[in-house]
Amino acid sequence: MAAITMLEAIRQALFEEMDRDPAVVAIGEDIGVYGGAFKATEGLLGKFGPERVIETPIAETGLVGAACGMSFLGLRPVAEMQFIDFIACCFNQVTNFVAKSHYLWGAPVPMVLRGPSGGGVHGGPFHSANPEMYFAHTPGLKIIYPSTAYDAKGLLKSAIRDNNPVLFFEHKFLYRRVKEEIPAGDYTVPIGKAITRREGRDLTILSYAAMAHTSLEAAETLAKEGIDAEVIDLRTLMPLDKDAILASVKRTNKLLVVHEDTRTGGIAGEIAAIVCEGAFEDLDGPITRVTALDTPVPYAPPLEERFLPNAEKIVAAARELAKY
Amino acid sequence: MSYPLTREQYLDLYYYMQLNRMLEERMVRLFRQNKIVGGLYSSLGQEGVSVGTAYALEKKDWLAPMIRNIGALLVKGVPPRDIFTQHMAKYTSPTLGKDGTSHFGDLKVRHIVSPISMLGDLIPVMTGVAMAGRYLGQKIVALTWIGDGGSSTGAFHEGLCLAASQRAPFVLILENNQWAYSTPVSRQAPVKNLADRAVAYGIKSAIVDGNDVVAVYQATKEAVEGSRAGDGPRLIEVKTMRMRGHAQHDPADYVPKEMFEHWKARDPIVRYEKYLTDNKLWDQRQKAEILARIERLLDEDQKFAEESPMPPPELAEEGVYCEGCHTIAADWKRSKQEVTPPNCSVEAVWKVENFGGLEPEIPTAKEVAASGSNGPPGSARSTVKNSGHGAIAPKASEPLAEKPEARIPFGRGPKDKEFRQAAENRSYGRNPREKSFQKGPQGKSFGTNSQGKTFNKNSHGKPFRKSSHDKPFVKNSQDKQGGR
Ligand SMILES: Cc1ncc(C[n+]2csc(CCOP(=O)(O)OP(=O)(O)O)c2C)c(N)n1
Ligand SMILES: [Mg+2]
Repeated sequence: MAAITMLEAIRQALFEEMDRDPAVVAIGEDIGVYGGAFKATEGLLGKFGPERVIETPIAETGLVGAACGMSFLGLRPVAEMQFIDFIACCFNQVTNFVAKSHYLWGAPVPMVLRGPSGGGVHGGPFHSANPEMYFAHTPGLKIIYPSTAYDAKGLLKSAIRDNNPVLFFEHKFLYRRVKEEIPAGDYTVPIGKAITRREGRDLTILSYAAMAHTSLEAAETLAKEGIDAEVIDLRTLMPLDKDAILASVKRTNKLLVVHEDTRTGGIAGEIAAIVCEGAFEDLDGPITRVTALDTPVPYAPPLEERFLPNAEKIVAAARELAKY
Repeated sequence: MSYPLTREQYLDLYYYMQLNRMLEERMVRLFRQNKIVGGLYSSLGQEGVSVGTAYALEKKDWLAPMIRNIGALLVKGVPPRDIFTQHMAKYTSPTLGKDGTSHFGDLKVRHIVSPISMLGDLIPVMTGVAMAGRYLGQKIVALTWIGDGGSSTGAFHEGLCLAASQRAPFVLILENNQWAYSTPVSRQAPVKNLADRAVAYGIKSAIVDGNDVVAVYQATKEAVEGSRAGDGPRLIEVKTMRMRGHAQHDPADYVPKEMFEHWKARDPIVRYEKYLTDNKLWDQRQKAEILARIERLLDEDQKFAEESPMPPPELAEEGVYCEGCHTIAADWKRSKQEVTPPNCSVEAVWKVENFGGLEPEIPTAKEVAASGSNGPPGSARSTVKNSGHGAIAPKASEPLAEKPEARIPFGRGPKDKEFRQAAENRSYGRNPREKSFQKGPQGKSFGTNSQGKTFNKNSHGKPFRKSSHDKPFVKNSQDKQGGR
């Protein structure tokens, strides 16, 4: 079986889920004839028709609100943000309407909101965002940020079948850059479970999305220096797999968190608090962060490279941490 | 078109308007006794709007009330006790005390979507309800309200743009009660009628006297049935007046006294009583009976609410997520085969009907100057035709350029190639072709270990979040398919 890209894996998940269940509909801008800005929905219109592949005007609040309304009648809409940056335009719908419905009046909102996110491709300040933490801070939402084709497909299927609103972030750097063979047929990957990508004894590197790859790369370099790093890919940010985090820290006694999101208010801070609450006695060194800078994502390559974490920065931080 | 009402229905309208008013009068008393936990908003003088609009809906139709639409909830069959308990934050309220006022809904029986405070947000949501209803073949109409103030929000605009583009069976009642908190309509919008804006969305609209319940009913019924028949969304502006401050705390000193007097003389209930009498639709005995029936109901429900307990504190922690508490199943009223090609009722063809630009019938600047006006009546638009050099008109028969190879933003092209090469040479690059991307250190295929390591307990010994995903997932997903 040929290896497929993460983008293709996402497309397959949409196809298979729409094929499986006519309650699943796609809604978004340019997702039909054109197949979406990144071609994630290419071919959907031809197969499923315009009643199920709904193209909208440029109205993020409109289309996310409508997806929410559709879900009240038992549909499972998958709404696309052309770029995840535009989720800011419907922030209110997502955080006040979608996220609170179940808690306040017992109305589940089984919708998925997906879109290309992340930097490293010179998309500039408005096409590179990692806005996951605005939403991780919002009770009622689930947040998925996969790093591989296999996970992307399995997690998107889980997201569509989930009874809660799920935000599904697709790192655009990874869309066509990671490939892997995935099994034929239906499978799902559980929401809320981290995965150990590399086992190690000396310290734990926690990461997700594109940075999971960068962390692995750093781990290889560290291995050559005799530092044996464990690399865990969170995959889901909400609910966070606290058990996996604590168990690993209890084994390695040192924690480095890496994320492409900006530093202040990034998930690293939250993880640090969780580890302090749950494994303080096990820590042999300071919980360390490697993150993007607290700036907008700059456009020029040298600026963006300065902004983003990379393997060198991770290796340098890990070396310091390993000294404890 | 007129929709005749039976004598019984005429009396129904009266019953609901009075129930609305008498319920709110009681809540004002409860507010003064400090028994209402939060704010209290009055719809005094606007009962004809809530009742007349909601009465035009069928049982299967959906509505979402705004804060001054308690009357609509009553028409939909919501008992007064739900309104009392909501305001008093009681455990017996529809939201169990988690929210107040008219912020509650009922997906299963009454088809009510709960509002949120953010004005305008219901418009896209109810558009989605309308779209889903059509998709499922339910032949429903979705209706909601918006204030004059709320009609300036972005959500109002986006919602109507979307509803119009989808021709959704959706009716929006623009409840113009002259005030948005302390701001009069004239300082919000330099248009005579807010309904004039419907032209910009390409949808039909109507303007109606909001203090005439029968007129409101007729206009809404016409819009609802037109929209149900596939006519697209409708906007109805109802002109009425907010007869109190924004909420109980607001004495509304900014409203001229004469304005209150003007509208008091047009009180919808007093007017309707006269209408019923003039048209010999009732007698005094029937009126007394209706009022007594309302008092009895309100006595009982108010007592129920006052005697109800507050919610237990631990409830605060419950219900953020659906963890299997809901069965989600759409109510299909058409064959599922019909929604997908080749049986799909809409053809997946997008035709470009014209090439844009100025239509020939639009007058030139010279013609405009001569005639003194152009554009739709009342609009301030002027259009200037091109000044003389020939237009470039594409030929309809010209073949479209061949479909280029699929490109994605930032994914291809020379810039990206450079980037990839640089990244490959860079020691910190995230090059997928390097080993670590493909294989785990143990030579396992990277990422396919979906089970990973599972840890079921956190440090407190409790399962982390009582999630459905703690169960073996494959089994779980099948459960869901079966609908829980
Ligand atoms: C988006 C938004 N901004 C501000 C508010 C605060 N607010 C609540 S009601 C109101 C006035 C609303 O006026 P209108 O829409 O005319 O409704 P009315 O109160 O007259 O029924 C304001 C400003 C809000 N609820 N939502
Ligand atoms: Mg108003």
